[in-house]
Amino acid sequence: MTARLAAIRELVGRIPDPEIPVVTLADLGILRDVIDEDGAPAVLLTPTYNGCPATEAIAAQVREALDAAGFADARVRAVLSPAWTTDWIGEDARRKLREYGIAPPACMAGAAASAADRAALAGAGVPMIAPMLRQPQPACPRCGSADVESISRWGSTPCKAHYRCLACREPFDYFKPY
Amino acid sequence: MDSQGEPTMERARRIEYLLRLADSPLVLAHRLSQWCGHGPVLEEDLALANISLDLLGQARLLYQHAAALAGGDASEDRYAYFRDVPEFGNFTMLELPNSGVASAGAGDPDYAFTIVRNAMYAAWQVELWQRLTDSTDPQLAAIAAKSLKEARYHLEHAADWMIRFGDGTDESHARAQRALDSLVPYASEWFVPDALDAEACAAGVGIDCAAIRSPWLERMHAIAGEATLRWPGDSEFCSTGKLGRHSEHLGYLLTEMQSVARAHPDAAW
Repeated sequence: MTARLAAIRELVGRIPDPEIPVVTLADLGILRDVIDEDGAPAVLLTPTYNGCPATEAIAAQVREALDAAGFADARVRAVLSPAWTTDWIGEDARRKLREYGIAPPACMAGAAASAADRAALAGAGVPMIAPMLRQPQPACPRCGSADVESISRWGSTPCKAHYRCLACREPFDYFKPY
Repeated sequence: MDSQGEPTMERARRIEYLLRLADSPLVLAHRLSQWCGHGPVLEEDLALANISLDLLGQARLLYQHAAALAGGDASEDRYAYFRDVPEFGNFTMLELPNSGVASAGAGDPDYAFTIVRNAMYAAWQVELWQRLTDSTDPQLAAIAAKSLKEARYHLEHAADWMIRFGDGTDESHARAQRALDSLVPYASEWFVPDALDAEACAAGVGIDCAAIRSPWLERMHAIAGEATLRWPGDSEFCSTGKLGRHSEHLGYLLTEMQSVARAHPDAAW
């Protein structure tokens, strides 16, 4: 069973994200685990945004890959907790995003919905006045300049915002910290 | 979830509470979807479509959880598409037409009305989800932790525009003020617990809805102040949407939203 679980982890882990094919389900942290559940393998996936239309496409792709590789007995299950965060996107995946023209997300560590976070929020109030000034700005994925401006809070997918680089004048997508 | 013990709230009442929590984001998601292709600028069209998707996603998770508790033929689709007006427990404010209160649904959609409503509701959701991350219902706590991140982003978006409108031109200021004046009375029901709210709160499943009034007001006062808008005085009015007694607008909304599912009840997609 251990070997089967490892093979499934390998198989599912390298499935590309349907919207951003340069990164995989393992890269994005969408594949949480592959476990032995009462004698059958179970693939645990976590949704990114609640309303992300890719969530169902991803589950379907995983199902198809499992069936094609002879793992028809494997279950595919969604787990919500712990809530997905862009902090799970590793250094290698961040480099791949940058090369693809997407600015990788800033680190959210400490901003997840934890007890510590709630205490910090209660202390700071976070009234979100002129909130755009608070957000850490991404660097341009092409020229690296920090001189950028926000164009749209949402871009081509729910997980991205749209920016423009004021140095090289190129527009780019920013993977929002979440 | 059973390993951590069932919350001490009767299952049928828990389902009722989950449906009430789900109906509000579903109804606002539908209202926001009506802007799709009609937004004032492309960026805002995208923003509202994405906020709508987030809210729909929140509603779906809550309906799925309720359906799992109910068992039998309960499903998210049955809850969304095959219940009628009195069975919906959404807040009245969220079913009001995009053209505003006074228009009776006949006028042009008003972006200031949508923005002020979104700001008020997102600020309420931030308080709600933050507290529900401690719910004794672990699935509800997990849904809350995910939804909280979205609500914060929605609030940033709406607060940003509310400030620009209020502190903008005479026209945008007047529209934002009119929207605020007409919407604030509809927020009263958010903070007045009924028996179901009280039960959910006592069992640790739900929140103390009266207790979030003050942090909500503080946040909204700060935004309105920055926007140079005057916060309206208290009103005696208290809407009753969460009790299933709705304005005339919800019937039209459900008719549109449910028409395809009811015309093809066995369709799968």
